[in-house]
Amino acid sequence: MSVKFKPPIGKFSQINGKCISLVGDDIDTDRIIPARFLKCIDFDSLGESVFDDDRKTLKGNHPFDLETNKGSSILIVNSNFGCGSSREHAPQALMRWGIKAIIGESFADIFYSNCIAIGIPCFTLPKESIKKIQKYLNIKNLFLEIDLFESTAKAEEFKFDLEIKETSKKMFLSGEWDATLKLLENKALIENKLNDLPYIKFNNN
Amino acid sequence: MSQDTLFDKVWDLHKVANLPGGSDQIFIGLHLIHEVTSPQAFGALKDKNLKVKFPQRTVATVDHIVPTDNQSRPFKDNLAEQMINTLEKNCIEHKIKFFNIGSGNQGIVHVVAPELGLTQPGMTIACGDSHTSTHGAFGSIAFGIGTSQVRDVLASQTIAMNKLKVRQIWCENKLSTGIYAKDLVLHIINQLGVKAGVGFAYEFAGPAISELSMEERMTICNMSIEGGARCGYINPDEKTFSYIKDKLFSPKNENWENAVKWWKSLVSTDNCIYDDVFKLDASKVEPTITWGITPGQSIGINQKIPSLNEMHPNDQFIAGEAYEYMGFKPGQSIKNTPIDVCFIGSCTNGRISDLRVAARVLEHNKVAKNIKAFVVPGSEKVAKEAKEEGLDKIFIKAGFQWREPGCSMCLAMNSDKLIGNQVSASSSNRNFKGRQGSPNGRTLLMSPAMVAAASITGKVSDVRDFINK
Repeated sequence: MSVKFKPPIGKFSQINGKCISLVGDDIDTDRIIPARFLKCIDFDSLGESVFDDDRKTLKGNHPFDLETNKGSSILIVNSNFGCGSSREHAPQALMRWGIKAIIGESFADIFYSNCIAIGIPCFTLPKESIKKIQKYLNIKNLFLEIDLFESTAKAEEFKFDLEIKETSKKMFLSGEWDATLKLLENKALIENKLNDLPYIKFNNN
Repeated sequence: MSQDTLFDKVWDLHKVANLPGGSDQIFIGLHLIHEVTSPQAFGALKDKNLKVKFPQRTVATVDHIVPTDNQSRPFKDNLAEQMINTLEKNCIEHKIKFFNIGSGNQGIVHVVAPELGLTQPGMTIACGDSHTSTHGAFGSIAFGIGTSQVRDVLASQTIAMNKLKVRQIWCENKLSTGIYAKDLVLHIINQLGVKAGVGFAYEFAGPAISELSMEERMTICNMSIEGGARCGYINPDEKTFSYIKDKLFSPKNENWENAVKWWKSLVSTDNCIYDDVFKLDASKVEPTITWGITPGQSIGINQKIPSLNEMHPNDQFIAGEAYEYMGFKPGQSIKNTPIDVCFIGSCTNGRISDLRVAARVLEHNKVAKNIKAFVVPGSEKVAKEAKEEGLDKIFIKAGFQWREPGCSMCLAMNSDKLIGNQVSASSSNRNFKGRQGSPNGRTLLMSPAMVAAASITGKVSDVRDFINK
């Protein structure tokens, strides 16, 4: 990829970008990034391999290959997106391809937490609204302005009230999605907890 | 909201703080790592100039990338060698206990931790692998995490997480002869669907569950995630305690009594509250096989592949995709579907009892012509035990290849892969498109006994025809 990848940093409340639609339920993380690409000790080169098997099968007609989708950053998906393996390589590959936010009918649990942990907000919309956006995207490009604080997505033609878990929303607005340092602030509480757990004592053989 | 379930008790015990955003900071009692999802986490620690907070609470092994034919070092695959090497270096640098190849304790992380007695009731257990739910079989709260959370556990021994809801899955009656834990869990996922578990922990309970051995319980909890639940558990009982007793890391002497007493106190209270309860009759479960591309798309051996109009509208899109990918037609029988490859192994069904059951089916039988069949023990311990019992000889005599321990063709990160559109009968956990290493390879999930039966006939067969003879 020509543009150097810049990961998100700190707090943010606005994501503006072009939408790309990927139709299908239960799209698993093996499809997002096949296991052979997990043989790496960093995430740097994953962007080009995103959906590798699906793209090869569709010979250039996969949404991630279409010229018209170039430069997209808001992914529109259907239900249970990201089911299966816990591999963070999946959202990392999407992010490195250019995805900054995902709007879908529903997400798998581990995929969702991985997205939050690396700074990709995932929003939900009812099935009908997703269908409406996907139908529109069949005909023309759509640019959305996502306001995290208001939880809205706006375009000239549309306005949607997005759903996002309150805890996730706060994490992006405060920058706490990058959790490590926040967790370490409770150093004393963590040490107390370790000393309080019954099994720590009786496993001290 | 659930109350007084084992999940509630263990969660509350491990809660360190309420985070400002509203999620809980949860202490992780046991952290398991392997070579695939940890290198970037160690890299991130270095970038942030952080140390591993409690190195003694993390245990490592190597499983995903290891070859199962020739494990001499360096591995033939340079990338695989680089990954094991990175894990070795990280474990030395951060003083983390590592069960490497040849240690006698290496194997699939979810096979190894229970057999070493590391997995115990009442713990929170996290690992960068979605099948961490396996450990819930012991009454621990265990779940898969991504690499950023692996980093957080290494750095702080905690993660930020929202409490899950609890659904009890009550399994009435008993499984019939020739029906195994794998059939039951595939049936459960089929009944509830692959996304019903999102936001939930599953508590498996009822007479059919109590009846299961610890290894069978691991098979059930292992596949919770295939039903969308990142955590599944079973309340501990005498079977749990006797499995753990005298293992390498189990509590010893007077600690043992204290441990058992505490473990018993964790069991979901009689009048506890669940967010949801789902009941099913285990005696109705048949040998179950997947026909599609999600673990929820399964049927009994004597059933036909369902047509779109028999399905909920929400399941129709993925079913259409499945027919096309698998080359199956609605109304077609699953029985007698020709097979190319038979795989016995994985964190779902690569334990000694799985090998015993499969060997019993294979004894005095031969693998059908043109079938590639191989068995991958879940760990070095499983392999040793199997050899002591002569199971390896039974497999080899029948025409199976006997391999070294690892994840192997469950996810095909080593050289064990399907070729082209081969069909595999697999004791693993996922039948996703491309999962077993070929972009158009096809996977039929089933119990190890059913894989053994399929290997003999070369097609999907009812194992009861072999064991009832």
